[in-house]
Amino acid sequence: MNRFPIQRRTLVMLAGFVPLIALFVYVALRSGALAPVPVTVTTVENRPVAPALFGIGTVEARYTYPIGPTYTGRVKRLDVEVGDHVEAGQVLGEMEPIDLDERIRAMEAALKRAAAQIDEARARHGYAQAQARRYQRLLEARTTSEETVTTKKNEFQIAAASLNAAQEESVRVGAELKALIAQRESLVFVAPAAGLVTARHADPGATVVAGQAVVELIDPAQLWINVRFDQINARGLAADLPAHIVLRSQAAESRTGRVLRVEPLADAVTEETLAKAVFDELPQPLPPLGELAEVTVDLPPLAAGPVVPNAAIQRIDGQLGVWRVIDGDLRFTPVTPGVTDLDGHIQVRDGLEVDDEIIVYSAKALHPRSRIRVVQRLTEVKP
Amino acid sequence: MISLAGRDIMHSLGKFVFTGMGLGLLIGITLSMAGIYRGLVDDGKALLENSGADLWVVQRDTLGPYAESSSIYDDVWRSIRGLPGVARAANATYFTMQVRHGERDVRAMVAGITPGAPGTPGWPPYLVAGRQITRGHYEAVADVATGFALGDRLRIRRNLYTVVGLTRRMVSSGGDPIIFIPLKDAQEAQFLKDNDAIRQQRERTAANPAFNRPQVPGLLEAVIASQSTNLYVNAVLVQMKPGYEVEETAQAIRRWKRLTVYTRSQMEEILIGKMIATSARQIFMFLVILSLVSAAIVAFIIYTLTLGKIREIAVLKLIGTKNRTIVGLIMQQAVALGAIGFMVGKITATLVMAPIFPKYVLLQPLDSVIGFGAVMVICMLSSIVSIRAAMKVDPAEAIGG
Repeated sequence: MNRFPIQRRTLVMLAGFVPLIALFVYVALRSGALAPVPVTVTTVENRPVAPALFGIGTVEARYTYPIGPTYTGRVKRLDVEVGDHVEAGQVLGEMEPIDLDERIRAMEAALKRAAAQIDEARARHGYAQAQARRYQRLLEARTTSEETVTTKKNEFQIAAASLNAAQEESVRVGAELKALIAQRESLVFVAPAAGLVTARHADPGATVVAGQAVVELIDPAQLWINVRFDQINARGLAADLPAHIVLRSQAAESRTGRVLRVEPLADAVTEETLAKAVFDELPQPLPPLGELAEVTVDLPPLAAGPVVPNAAIQRIDGQLGVWRVIDGDLRFTPVTPGVTDLDGHIQVRDGLEVDDEIIVYSAKALHPRSRIRVVQRLTEVKP
Repeated sequence: MISLAGRDIMHSLGKFVFTGMGLGLLIGITLSMAGIYRGLVDDGKALLENSGADLWVVQRDTLGPYAESSSIYDDVWRSIRGLPGVARAANATYFTMQVRHGERDVRAMVAGITPGAPGTPGWPPYLVAGRQITRGHYEAVADVATGFALGDRLRIRRNLYTVVGLTRRMVSSGGDPIIFIPLKDAQEAQFLKDNDAIRQQRERTAANPAFNRPQVPGLLEAVIASQSTNLYVNAVLVQMKPGYEVEETAQAIRRWKRLTVYTRSQMEEILIGKMIATSARQIFMFLVILSLVSAAIVAFIIYTLTLGKIREIAVLKLIGTKNRTIVGLIMQQAVALGAIGFMVGKITATLVMAPIFPKYVLLQPLDSVIGFGAVMVICMLSSIVSIRAAMKVDPAEAIGG
């Protein structure tokens, strides 16, 4: 009997079933909970870390001059528009004087009247003095009574006091006139410094209250960035540190600057530390005030030490640490993280040695009993 | 001894293999359905695992932050941090929205995480590429399921965020991938209206004489500024110190801070028992029906396969074959068919079905073992039915007809 066909069939069957079983075993062991977790590993590097701080701020003017009237009144004229450059001392506009000019004229007339009153008092004073002297001589010649002489002396004293009062009244009226003139002058808006007009809050004819700004000036040569850093990351922030400033409108361009000062008061509500940063060279044209800017402050670099990527740091059972690979086995090693830089490198103060092998990425959360498979790149991640 | 079953299979190998394949596809779909159910439940639990929290502190009398909206002031964490037993407390915000990247937009849950270091509650516990967030603004870590790559610029409301890290299996209870962004940005994004709405709101406020009083310069600006700040977060995530009773701290927060607190088991109850309960039950019902239908189909196939051989069995009986041998023949064939079907099913479920389903399919080894057992039991039971038919066959049928 020819057994060859049976053998051939057996071979065909084996050829069909063996791959099927192999595939099944592969599927059963390589997927699901039994499969090893794909991970990528790296070694702990010894390198310096250049920590930096990142904050967000807005462009603001260092010096702002809100200019407005000191008395409630009506705006008479405004000579400047937003965007105008003005010189120190330049007249920007004026408030309506209303009755002030008339009051000044009245006061001038009152001053003249006071002068006339002085003349009158002086004339009375001269006459009373002469009378008093004459009667004194008559008394010496015994041709008048002592009572009359006393009366004349009294009249002379009254005339002297009247003259004095008239003179002081003239001083008073003069001072009031000066006060009115000063008040009149304060109705004129004068630029206290050279600057750029940034706002014009009222137009001629509008009524404004005392202290309300009508025109706002800034010093365009003195712009700074009011920048906010989250308190948790603000360690080491200090004046004069170099900074990179990126304006929102010019995201591709990074400008150099420095920290001018760190504000002694932090924002308690937003939990942020405030600082002022200035450009080394002002951008031209000037960025609009209020534009958002990203400020990166470079802190002094630290000496070399063991450095790991921050993706490797995990918290297991309340402890920060990294997964080490020791002879193919997983071991969770607690570490004390130190300074970090903005590219995600963390210097490890304690717990790791340089050249230790650690896990950076894993396809799922690891446990001490997890089986791992080291790969170059996790499959789901696009190159 | 010659294996009768083997010889018979060899005799009609093609038919046998194709029947096995067909069975396999059916079993594969049933296994996939089990995987879909497990995946749904696992999605619901993913948030719990990934947030790393022991306690969730939310607005009073809400089921927040996942099942209901909840908002509490963002400085509440300070008073919670001071309670005994609390190791870490961190603010978190969650909201689901469409996130734009170029022309495409992806439905995602945007999670705002407190700045700090890896291991802070709410942070992604592990990454598959890139790095964790280091800047306090405009950086994002996205789940790979979003399809974003490192360096992509995403638009969330009006700001652009750079993807600096990728993670995996970070999904909301609905299965939407999570995108992590810094808390301050998330607070803004959650609250921020579009520019038109902001401008209209300003105009509305300016038109209100109560806020725009000529005698009080600066009042309008102050009111507008107060309208455009958001001091709220959705929840405070709390991690406990080892050795402290979670329920005691939860009780202290409920009693003294007058906020609602959920422990991990309570939150699981909310997520699994309330949020996905209906859809999970739905899928589970599908699974039950599909299993029953599959079982019936497998049984019919085995039964008809045997009945198709009734003539051969009659011949066997005629030549005096023992009943035990005939039972062995049928039983072995049924079991072999079931085994092939299960293998093909497992392979298709793992390699074909699971990757193409849009939602997460979790194939658990235990499910596979149960499935294998069920297939074997069904095969044996149905073969017993057909054995009864085979035993009854009259050997004369082999000659007659």
